Amino acid sequence: MEEHRLIDRRLDELRTMIINMGNEAREAVDRAMKSIVDRDSDLAAEVLAHDAAINDLELEMDREVIEIFALLQPTARDLRFVVAVAKITPILERIADHAGNIASAAIELNNEPQQDKYVDLPRMAERASEMLAKAIDAFNQGDAGLARHIIAMDQEIDSIYHKIVRELMHNMRSEPATSIRFMQLLFVAKHIERIGDYVTDICELTVYMIEAEFIKHRFDSTP
Amino acid sequence: MLEMNTDEKVAPNQDQFESAPEKATTGPLPEATVSVRNLNFYYGKTHALHDISLDIPPREVMAFIGPSGCGKSTFLRTLNRMNDTILGTRLDGTVLIDGHDIYSPGTDVVSLRRKVGMVFQKSNPFPKSIFENVAYGIRINRMASGNADLQERVERALRNAALWDEVKDRLKASAFGLSGGQQQRLCIARALAVEPEVVLMDEPASALDPSATQKIEELIVELKKDYTIVIVTHNMQQAARVSDRTSFFLLGKLIESNPTTKMFTSPVEKITEDYITGRFG
Repeated sequence: MEEHRLIDRRLDELRTMIINMGNEAREAVDRAMKSIVDRDSDLAAEVLAHDAAINDLELEMDREVIEIFALLQPTARDLRFVVAVAKITPILERIADHAGNIASAAIELNNEPQQDKYVDLPRMAERASEMLAKAIDAFNQGDAGLARHIIAMDQEIDSIYHKIVRELMHNMRSEPATSIRFMQLLFVAKHIERIGDYVTDICELTVYMIEAEFIKHRFDSTP
Repeated sequence: MLEMNTDEKVAPNQDQFESAPEKATTGPLPEATVSVRNLNFYYGKTHALHDISLDIPPREVMAFIGPSGCGKSTFLRTLNRMNDTILGTRLDGTVLIDGHDIYSPGTDVVSLRRKVGMVFQKSNPFPKSIFENVAYGIRINRMASGNADLQERVERALRNAALWDEVKDRLKASAFGLSGGQQQRLCIARALAVEPEVVLMDEPASALDPSATQKIEELIVELKKDYTIVIVTHNMQQAARVSDRTSFFLLGKLIESNPTTKMFTSPVEKITEDYITGRFG
């Protein structure tokens, strides 16, 4: 029977914090995308205003990680867990920043007439959000197999992104008067594509946490 | 009568010592149970502790760290006048416990040592049964109203020391039959049985294996809910794990005392940081 240790409470709290931050980041992405599709500038403003709270979460987690390292000297899988959390925290903060950028784009777009052609952006965003939710689950459950599977899903995000770029380029050429709107959509697509890349980073860190193996920068990081 | 080795140990290099502050750095404190002011202590002509002032808050764990021979155990023993048992010692300054100067004339030293209990590096159970080890202090202090009360007090002390479940079926067995870690927890139970306010621990786990050490550390964290704990340890990682505040001693001086988190993440004094990072000691 595993004994309760002094470090266990702090690790449990850290786990709760990172899961919470992951959910906050995901919600920011979902709400930002909704603010574009629903043309809801108020919702976009809420996303932007809430970014400060997510930044505060990052600082709180940084402090907690430093204290755990300094005071409790984690080793082996505990060490890998704390290292993973330390590296995932700024990734989640950047995902939230990209959500903020999407919300800013929403406000710009909502000042323009209704855009008929959102191309495949909603689907791309939905896939990215789904990937992020699964990545949080994989981390929480310690499921390296799921993490590797999510890494493979990023190929779909990239594929949709390239398709959107082609379509938007075509639209800009055929409707130059509205090209600024299409540019905004292109930026949104880029933000979502970066979110997909960040989720991949989270999954690579999950694999490290479970298997003690760094798989980033390798060609064979996909299953 | 205890004989103490007062030889000075190897110090850090002179530059490091000369960079130590004149006055110790201390952080803000809640109301103190133990309050020491301008304490100087001598072993004969040897000036062992220099002008120490320190407050120890109630129901917290205070760790004393520092290299061998720095005076941390000597200082610990001033808090319950255990140094009185050593010939030729002298103390200047004040040690207030709950506002009373324990070195004032007329202080009941026996009562003081009940209120400020002590656990030593090497566990020292009496050559008696497990039950009698704990009951002894209760009896001589006439704390029990009868046999049933005595039994209850012994059980409570053993529970508080996280030992009851391991010994409840063999209370009449010799204490010497216990493992090292169990004997140490028995000594803690013995100290707790007489209802102290402060428990002093001089390297309580240094003679124990990692598993027994972990049990003692968890016990310390649990005990601070009800007692003020002061622990001397050579193991800095242990101080980091269990204490709320840490005081660093060097060559008989108190260099810095701060919340443990601050001491181990961003100590104020460079010499503290040099010690904690293993650059000397």
